[in-house]
Amino acid sequence: MADSAGRTGERGSAGRVRGALAPYLMVLPAGLWLLVFFVVPMVAMVSLSLQTGDLVDGFRQTFHWRNYTDGLHTYGDQFVRSLWYGLLATVACAVLSYPAAYWIAFRGGRGKTAYLMLLLLPYFVSFVLRTVSWKLVLTDDGPVLGPLRGHGILPPGFHVLDTGFAVVSGLTYNFLPFMALPIYVALERIDPRVVEAARDLYAGRAGAFARVVLPLSLPGVFAGVILTFVPASADYVNAEVLGGPGDTMIGNVIQSEYFDNGAYPVASALSFALMAILLLGVFAYARALGTRNVLEAAGR
Amino acid sequence: MSGVDPAFSRGLTRPRMARSTLARRDALRLLGAAGAAAALSACGVKGQGRRAEAGRDDVREFWSGRSGTGELSWANWPGYMQDDHRTIKAFEKETGITVSYKEVIQETGPWFGKIQAPLAAGQSIGFDLMVMTNGIQLEKCRRLGYLAPLDRSRLPNVAAHAGAAFRNPSYDPGNAFTVPYESGITGIAYNTKYVKEEITSIAQLFDPKYKGRVGMMGDSQELGSFGMFLIGVDPERSTPADWDRAAARLREQRDRGIVRKYYTQDYVDAVSKGEVWLTMAWSGDVYSLAGPDVRFVVPREGGTLWTDNLCIPRTAENPVDALTLMNWLYVPANNAPLTEFVNYITPVPATRQIIVADAARATGEARADLTRLSTSPLVFPSEGDLARLRHYRRLTQAEEVRYQRTFEPIAKGS
Amino acid sequence: MTTRTRPAPARRGTPRRRRVDGLHAYTLLLIGWLILPVAIMIAFGFNDVHGKQNYRWEGFTLRWYAHLLDKDDLVTAVVNSLTIALLSTLLSTVAGTLAGLALGRYRFRGGGATGLLLLMAISCPEVVMGASLLSMFVTFGLPRGYLTILLAHVMFSIAFVAVTVRARVVGLDPAVEEAARDLGAGPWTRFRLVTLPMIMPGVVAGALLAFVLSIDDFVITGFTSGATVTFPLWVYGSTRTGTPPQVNVLGTLIFAVGAVVTAVTARRGARAPDHSRAW
Repeated sequence: MADSAGRTGERGSAGRVRGALAPYLMVLPAGLWLLVFFVVPMVAMVSLSLQTGDLVDGFRQTFHWRNYTDGLHTYGDQFVRSLWYGLLATVACAVLSYPAAYWIAFRGGRGKTAYLMLLLLPYFVSFVLRTVSWKLVLTDDGPVLGPLRGHGILPPGFHVLDTGFAVVSGLTYNFLPFMALPIYVALERIDPRVVEAARDLYAGRAGAFARVVLPLSLPGVFAGVILTFVPASADYVNAEVLGGPGDTMIGNVIQSEYFDNGAYPVASALSFALMAILLLGVFAYARALGTRNVLEAAGR
Repeated sequence: MSGVDPAFSRGLTRPRMARSTLARRDALRLLGAAGAAAALSACGVKGQGRRAEAGRDDVREFWSGRSGTGELSWANWPGYMQDDHRTIKAFEKETGITVSYKEVIQETGPWFGKIQAPLAAGQSIGFDLMVMTNGIQLEKCRRLGYLAPLDRSRLPNVAAHAGAAFRNPSYDPGNAFTVPYESGITGIAYNTKYVKEEITSIAQLFDPKYKGRVGMMGDSQELGSFGMFLIGVDPERSTPADWDRAAARLREQRDRGIVRKYYTQDYVDAVSKGEVWLTMAWSGDVYSLAGPDVRFVVPREGGTLWTDNLCIPRTAENPVDALTLMNWLYVPANNAPLTEFVNYITPVPATRQIIVADAARATGEARADLTRLSTSPLVFPSEGDLARLRHYRRLTQAEEVRYQRTFEPIAKGS
Repeated sequence: MTTRTRPAPARRGTPRRRRVDGLHAYTLLLIGWLILPVAIMIAFGFNDVHGKQNYRWEGFTLRWYAHLLDKDDLVTAVVNSLTIALLSTLLSTVAGTLAGLALGRYRFRGGGATGLLLLMAISCPEVVMGASLLSMFVTFGLPRGYLTILLAHVMFSIAFVAVTVRARVVGLDPAVEEAARDLGAGPWTRFRLVTLPMIMPGVVAGALLAFVLSIDDFVITGFTSGATVTFPLWVYGSTRTGTPPQVNVLGTLIFAVGAVVTAVTARRGARAPDHSRAW
């Protein structure tokens, strides 16, 4: 990191002083805001997660680590399920959105922007409303299952709503743009001439795709994975609206421990554990892929 | 959550964002700042225990020197007032009190979570009157001293017109802090299109032939109570050992795949459409929301009678006006239009005669509606039904922890 | 549309074109899938329902558009959502733009830490953010309400604005500003006449993002709302007693406005030359 503040090219001592202070002054409002409403709350949460007590008698700091072990022991299933559902949704998002992003980036022509808009259009509907509408799509006599049932194709007890599949499909639906956009951005940056050259070099479309297009677009996929996986595995609205008895995710537990039970310490412990797992995962993932090279390619 | 901008995702993937060599040192620096902040929050969260019973002195102390201000702010649940606020308008016209009415209560737990901090700090929650269901949170409000003790001398209509079942409830002896607004029964709703037998018993919710077709409620008081009815225990008198036995049965029901979903709210849709065939249900929901094939029963083993109560936060700015409204609502003629809309059980039984009279005067569809209402056992339950109804278990703080730990994980799938 | 591809890649015979058609069809199918729930939502805003539950088609009506403002609480919730979104967009755009500008242009002690903080704020799960804010409010005994929602919304929007603006700044050529200085322009003039216009597309994109994030937020708002209700919270709560068709209508209107605004911005962006590359 450069120790001399300011940009090169500032002339004169007054300019240098102003230049040295300027970035700090500019960062100050945002930094302060994040410090007070992001960092301090995190600390408060960690502190709360080690306390014992209840709302009536108050909570006291007792460094009660068992909030973590008890919480993880009781709700370990939900933790694992959240990560699993998040992973499934992430993979589904990647598989579903890649071909479309590819087509729009390379074959969209002048309609490129319009297609991208169409892809993003549903996300102007409020998240909650969108999930409720998605539920209407999946209901037993809805537009998808209704006709199939009418033709007697489905076994009598078959249903999608209130199953894990419904939850994963809801997550996929809700978080798809977080995957589609970075992939599109990465694909769109690939110079068509490079693809053309590759096609001559590797003799064919499949070879060019596998050896040139796909590797060049991977940074977009990697960025998309982070952007999709984190919110999907921490979500609780989809599991609440679309899931059945065996589909509760850790977000549901956190939410109800806070609101229904007022069990703030355990809820805090679960929240912090969730964040730690996800953030560590994100950083490990970025490192393993070689942050610099991978992200630099996408950033260009 | 929506609207990801390409420029943003480009920005996020910029190399400088997460260059690892920088990241390590910066992370340490960030930790340093966090450490300083940690000192801030080593403190705990203060408790708010206070006495729960209201003595006569307490009542006098609270109400002395207070008078009406002509304003009232009321927090209620959605669907508990006509869309055109007819009842409120009548009240305003008659008393000259201006009412600000907000449908801000959606679930009791979250609502308690929201009002707890200001009430603990002795600050106004912005409401003078709120509607809370008897249960864990109301019990907490009482015990924490969050509620104003009611001055019974200013509630003559309550004394005159409240039904026997609504006086002196076990959850608030002597109506010291609350008066009922509306009541409902938790029973079983079933769709006659799919269920070809008569449903009379909770045991039928556990019948394997309805595998994947049963809905239960996720709320641990509702769920636990039904488990206890099943094993023949009155929830109000249950012991922790009973809870364990009930929980075991409920768990078995879940693990055998009989339960399709633990509902918080949207079971009416599901049973009307036939997604579940039979489900735990609230009487008023079934009366006003369910399709024509749906029938509601109070099971043989028992059902739960719950009550949504009017109560005044201790920090209310206009408590006298809130008291005036409570009293006004207990005039049968004032209460009738509300019952005609809400379709739950009114604590003012004399309302029924007024609805019957209204029906006699009305014609056509309105007449049919009012007649159905005045004769519905869901709105005016029979003595036989009422005799089978029980309340939720009242829980001390220690019991609550134990109770929640017993029943909460069932609906959460662990 | 299928044949109007970029000029550059050479085409080789028909089989490939058929494969392109397949992808095109797939793209349209995907778009159709994504839009299906939205279409259902819009349709049920025209549903002539008589009960409280709006899930079965009962005929066409414009009644709900005429009676859009009948539900006082719903109106209050929408007004809350809109004002919070506007205020939080304003605040977060100012703070975020300054930070983005500083991070994109200067290398300074703490710059990396700030960048990391932004990254953490963006990648932190919403439920954790909400939970931590709630923990802080509980610890310090602060009552929650309109103000705390606003504070939280500004917090999570700042990072998104800053990152978006920074992406724009990094692409700028510093020579332009140096030229302005050589021509005698002071710092404020330089900022107003040179820097700001150049980064404007980034600022607008960031502001739009902030607005959409705020108006749509459910999770963090739920943790910080107290007795204040916003549109998403109201909708979620109303599923209990039956969501009234007015919710569908409002959803449709918000959707339409959002779509139009984005279409206009997208067109502008497409028409205007990309300054960062032009220089």
